[in-house]
Amino acid sequence: MNALADFYARHSQLIDQIGINAVLALSLSVSLQAGQLALAQAAFMGIAAYVSAILTLNYHWPTAATILVAVIAAAVVGAALAYPVRRLRGVFLAIATIGFGEIVRVIANNLGVTGGAEGMSGLPQDANTLAIYASLAVVALVLFLLSRTKFALAVALVREDEHAARGVGVDVGTVRTLSLALGGAIAGLAGALYAHSSAFITPNDFGFERMEQILVWCVIGGVTSPVGAVLGAAGLSVLPELIRFLADYREITNGIILLLVIVFVPGGLASLWRRGPVRVRV
Amino acid sequence: MVAQQLLNGLFLGAVYALFAVGYTLVFGVLDILNLAHAAIFTASAFVAFSLAAAGVPLPLAFLGAAAVGGILGILLDRVAFAPLRRRNAGTLVPLISSIGVAIIIGAVLRGIYGVDEKHFTTGGLDTAPAIHLGPVTFTAVELTIFVAAVALMVVLSWVLRATTLGRRIRAVAADRIAAALLGVDLERTIAATFFIASSLGGAAGVLTGLEYNSVTLDMGSPIELKGLAIIILGGMGSVTGAVIGGFIIGAVETLSIAAGLSEWRDAITFGVMFVILVARPSGLFGKRALRQA
Repeated sequence: MNALADFYARHSQLIDQIGINAVLALSLSVSLQAGQLALAQAAFMGIAAYVSAILTLNYHWPTAATILVAVIAAAVVGAALAYPVRRLRGVFLAIATIGFGEIVRVIANNLGVTGGAEGMSGLPQDANTLAIYASLAVVALVLFLLSRTKFALAVALVREDEHAARGVGVDVGTVRTLSLALGGAIAGLAGALYAHSSAFITPNDFGFERMEQILVWCVIGGVTSPVGAVLGAAGLSVLPELIRFLADYREITNGIILLLVIVFVPGGLASLWRRGPVRVRV
Repeated sequence: MVAQQLLNGLFLGAVYALFAVGYTLVFGVLDILNLAHAAIFTASAFVAFSLAAAGVPLPLAFLGAAAVGGILGILLDRVAFAPLRRRNAGTLVPLISSIGVAIIIGAVLRGIYGVDEKHFTTGGLDTAPAIHLGPVTFTAVELTIFVAAVALMVVLSWVLRATTLGRRIRAVAADRIAAALLGVDLERTIAATFFIASSLGGAAGVLTGLEYNSVTLDMGSPIELKGLAIIILGGMGSVTGAVIGGFIIGAVETLSIAAGLSEWRDAITFGVMFVILVARPSGLFGKRALRQA
């Protein structure tokens, strides 16, 4: 027991990060499952982090209430974003949403209320390990329950063949809007937790690099598999710690491992023990 | 003031265009976004710095570094894209493997050069005289950079239009399978495309390093995303579009500065891109409309 407590004391920060990263990966996997390469997760995360931080620091709301409002705000932004990008697919959707993310970052960089490039600090660290993993469990449960509904069928159909989906009466626009809103809400949850876990946030926490990371986790895990997304996030968050002994060669090893997995494990980590055909197309 | 900023936009836009041309060429031929393009941009700038520091005259250092960029491009393709091409991995997976290569290039550069900013010490860049022409002022360095960037784009356009290699590249871009059936060696054409695209990206990196007389590890990150905005604006895969898009984004950026919105210029750039994507997904010069992933 003591060893366990010791382990936690030494690695609690990493453990918390893994939980938040897993929530982020799940949020992107919601979009990817609907076949949408919408890369606005870092922006949703940032919007929620700032909403939560502003309500905490400027209005002294209780943390839980700020997280709730932040999640709703990110979901609304996600749903609203779905409208202008409704005609875009594939890399075009990816680039439009990356552009959206950059706009959000520049706004956060320049507004007074967000603290500009300095960001906001002094947030209470209320998002402890328990809160983070409870959130992850709730997200996983919601996604699991959703996966047994007709909505999940519609989502899969939109991913595999949009025309066929329309043909059998699936409202593609609604599926896309809902999946962006749901992805926004989950990324927002991660963002609000992040703000209350790290105690300070800056616009660059939510830039393109973050978005790249989230995408890498999902693809390494196995594009359309939520389990894979969590595996990818956990694996790639732990990896830098595992190869810490490589010191100066850590970063390059990281890149090489990433490349090897992509080239030699076509279906991602999730495919390593999953039977049946492997699907990697998005 | 506006004339000066428009001229600055022209200088800035030329380098943007040079970078974006390589980006869009790879997309046009392979339908993939190459997120290692900015890493090669940075690598070439460092190579030029090393060559210049070793006493190589700047024009030769420029060409040498661009060639190294092109070779890196071929290696990038062999390592990150060719294995995926053989199993038809779609567009998303190659995006991730190019991120992997970008991480590796960045790590190698940091290992060799450390994190400090580097400056070109030869060529009298800092003492280059300013040229006054009516209402505008510019330096000989800026003018040289502009001429070099435009010259490379003219050469590229000639290669694509009038040479056998150019015809092969255009054939593969139009229809890979048909081109292969007609006897085009796919792998060699793709390797040539990567050499051209990456040497132009590398050349843009050297010119950017010379323009600010500063070479840093993160010099590629601003242009990486702006490059995306430019190729969207011009129409994905359209080389002409990328050139014009580069100049438009350069002008948008410098005019934002002239309007006193310097802090907001990136938001304005991406706002313009977002509006164009929404209103006209195929861009200004793109022929293909909606694409399915």
